[in-house]
Amino acid sequence: MQHTHQETLPTLDTAKKLGLLPEEFEKIKSILGRTPNFTELSIYSVMWSEHCSYKNSIIWLKTLPKDGPHMLAKAGEENAGLVDIGEGLGCAFKIESHNHPSAIEPYQGAATGVGGINRDIFTMGARPIAQLNSLRFGDIKSAKTQWIMKGVVKGIGNYGNAFGVPTVGGEVFFDDCYNVNPLVNAMSVGIVKKGETVSATSYGAGNPVFIVGSATGKDGIHGATFASADITENSADDLPAVQVGDPFQEKLLLEATLEVIKTGAVIGMQDMGAAGITCSTSEMSAKGQHGMDIWLHKVPTRQQGMKPFEILLSESQERMLIVVEKGKEEDVKKVFEKWDLNCEQIGIVTTGDRLKYYMFDELVADVPAETLVLGGGAPVYKREYKEPAYYAEAKKFRIEMVQEPDNYKTVMNHLIAHPNIASKRWVYNQYDSMVGTINQSTNQPSDAAIVNIKNTKKSLALTVDCNSRYVNADPEIGCAIAVSEAARNIVCSGGEPSAITNCLNFGNPYNPEVYWQFVGSIKGMSAACTKFRTPVTGGNVSFYNQSSFEGPVFPTPTIGMLGLLQDKKNQTSLSFKNEGDCIYLIGDCKNDINSSEYVYSFHKVKNTPAPYFNLEEEYLVQQAVKAVIKKQLIESAHDCSDGGLFVCLMESSFQHRLGFEIACDKHIRKDAFLFGESQSRVVVSVKKENEIALVDELKKQEVKFSKLGFVKSKEVLIDGDFYGAIEEFKNSYDTSIEKTVEG
Amino acid sequence: MKFGVVVFPGSNCDEDMVYVLRDKLKQETVKLWHKDTDLQGCDALVLPGGFSYGDYLRSGAIARFSPIMEKVNEHAAKGGFLLGVCNGFQILCEAGLLPGALLHNSHRKFVCKNVYIKTGTNETALTRDVRPEKALKIPIAHGEGRYYADEKTITALKKNNQIIFSYCNENAESAEEANPNGSLENIAGVCNAAKNVFGMMPHPERAADAELFNEDGLLLFHSLIANWGKN
Repeated sequence: MQHTHQETLPTLDTAKKLGLLPEEFEKIKSILGRTPNFTELSIYSVMWSEHCSYKNSIIWLKTLPKDGPHMLAKAGEENAGLVDIGEGLGCAFKIESHNHPSAIEPYQGAATGVGGINRDIFTMGARPIAQLNSLRFGDIKSAKTQWIMKGVVKGIGNYGNAFGVPTVGGEVFFDDCYNVNPLVNAMSVGIVKKGETVSATSYGAGNPVFIVGSATGKDGIHGATFASADITENSADDLPAVQVGDPFQEKLLLEATLEVIKTGAVIGMQDMGAAGITCSTSEMSAKGQHGMDIWLHKVPTRQQGMKPFEILLSESQERMLIVVEKGKEEDVKKVFEKWDLNCEQIGIVTTGDRLKYYMFDELVADVPAETLVLGGGAPVYKREYKEPAYYAEAKKFRIEMVQEPDNYKTVMNHLIAHPNIASKRWVYNQYDSMVGTINQSTNQPSDAAIVNIKNTKKSLALTVDCNSRYVNADPEIGCAIAVSEAARNIVCSGGEPSAITNCLNFGNPYNPEVYWQFVGSIKGMSAACTKFRTPVTGGNVSFYNQSSFEGPVFPTPTIGMLGLLQDKKNQTSLSFKNEGDCIYLIGDCKNDINSSEYVYSFHKVKNTPAPYFNLEEEYLVQQAVKAVIKKQLIESAHDCSDGGLFVCLMESSFQHRLGFEIACDKHIRKDAFLFGESQSRVVVSVKKENEIALVDELKKQEVKFSKLGFVKSKEVLIDGDFYGAIEEFKNSYDTSIEKTVEG
Repeated sequence: MKFGVVVFPGSNCDEDMVYVLRDKLKQETVKLWHKDTDLQGCDALVLPGGFSYGDYLRSGAIARFSPIMEKVNEHAAKGGFLLGVCNGFQILCEAGLLPGALLHNSHRKFVCKNVYIKTGTNETALTRDVRPEKALKIPIAHGEGRYYADEKTITALKKNNQIIFSYCNENAESAEEANPNGSLENIAGVCNAAKNVFGMMPHPERAADAELFNEDGLLLFHSLIANWGKN
């Protein structure tokens, strides 16, 4: 290529500093047939970073079930998965991590995570209608965790609230393994009319290429590379790698984008997230099998004198790349003018496969699009993996090694106030959960969030789930449980599971034990998704979630699941309704306390196997719950999860300040019965007059079940012993986190 | 009644308001873009919630300078019905159409949850058919909702029956712990002396749909439609 001025070509050292391996540097040289200049090397370094290329995970991701009867776009085809929900509508949904930025700058890191995932949805032409998030922090008592948590929650709130899309669900989990490296996973769900979607593609030589939205600044340069390395003491020096978000711009961009699609002038569109202009130009060009000439000096910038590589790699937020049909430029400009947003032509679609980036007359980079992208020239690695020693060690655990507690009330008080179990209202009250007037769970809480699709009979059911302690104990079983729990939440709420998106948070993939956790998780996810017929529509992988001094976080494959209520009348609440109703357990209690909050934080036994789980039994339980809901036999349904049966019964009691009277199963230990977390159990309540019909139906479903007792007014009675008033437990449950955090 | 819902850049409750007025209450409803200067013959104007201009500077501080606001002022001066909800309330205070100001919540956090409010006067069309002893369950969602005014203003508000809503507990009792943001006198909403301009922090449009299991907000709209112009 021609250089208008002399430039020293980069060496292997520079390549390494940008996060490339020696063999990758060689590969780039052989692709180009010459040594890349610094700008080109930067382009390859971000596009071949783990974050953009999935080079260490793609082999395994390809084994996940991807197709289902209702898929409109399969995984990887578009920015997010697209599911047919009937009524001529499609649902686009995706979850994504923003872990590393949130570790360094919690407020902006989390805020831009929310911005990015919403752009992934509306860049497809879908209007976001609901958001969820899954957050993991370290020890809640530490000042550092509180600083991170307050920043993250405020960041999510301020961005999502102003953007005007309700946050309808989520999870928050605390463990020391997240002390340095928190996890911030954000999910967005949108609705689009079938046939009105837009693809992230580029074709038609001569068509103009526009950049719209915010101006480009120096924030987030090499953010993707930054996200692909361990966190060290020096990570705060990478602060410019964290982007800054502006939800007001995002809101305008949303409205303008959806309006511009209606003009029919758009050939293709992609938002700018990781690796900015580089990523959007190369992915769209590769997909449409065309080239592009891009004039970097035309890009509106926030500051003067930005270098070509800075403009190319900037991860400034609230920007989109749009390829427009030639001749319709004015239609597009008019819309962005209405919304007072930048809309600048910065290039043109060309034939061939070259991406040519110019700064005025100078050609600063010239690379083939295909060689940059996943599925094209990006490297693909098979990583070694090995079972870690702790796995065999955990298997030696027996329940007999732990003494039954003398005082059950102490355990109850411990669990109900434990931050992993207590109400997360300190967090979710900071999120606007009701804007859009679609949240059906505000006044009727359910295991999954129920979202109204206005003017239809249908509703969506949405949930995010992952108990990472289980996944750490046994990746394959733990991840199958994560999928199962998500499906169970949807079923208990009256829905039918449709599809999942995943956010795979792991440590360093070059550590064979971490990679073993990754592989196991994928296997477990595959098995469960196949069983529930919930294809994986997309998501993201976040490796390197570990610090140089504390090791990897728990393997955390967060599952975001979409379900559908064919008839919103099937919505089922988790709350007991009437004193005197009978309480039944669908499923079976086991003499098992493995990986429970109880054994982990009360007895402080940290290394135990995953709790009891059998996929077939799980499936049967869910089929049975669906059947009794459809026949309208039950008043409430709530799945047993963290904290076991006791916490499940408590949570069902709180809303209407009811209580319960139950008898324990004498065949198993009382602590296992009350606090064990063996899987595939659902607590339902039933009016006396429906009890016989319920029992008949459960027998017909050939599922194990038992009668636990009755809904009481206001108090808790177990085996005839009084354990306290609901009000007292509720107060502790409601205020535990705010007392810790607000001091 | 013909309703106009004003849309500022950053408004995000406009669609929800239109849905209730048009789909649930079957009222003729149009959206009015902030750059417009034609009110299209609307009898009633609503400034919806949201983050107009990103809440830059101060909530509502920039929106009051939008081109449409001149017409909104004229509409109010002529005695036309004008309601501001949440950010709309903030804009009306900034514009001087309502007394007082909305400050940062005392706990300095955004808060979104169901709260209870009760009406303090039956002298307005919006509240005439709402029983004062009934606690209405209406959600709030704001970071700057702490109502503040000087003593003289508060005294005048009370004297003229301009406090249309105040926060209360579920038994409609005024209580300190029922105040979600530190508002003076638990004030959740006020009107002007002429009782044609209204502002409230809680969102009645979010409590107006049986599919969401709460229709307490509909009581306000029903009262307005039944009583407007019958003074």
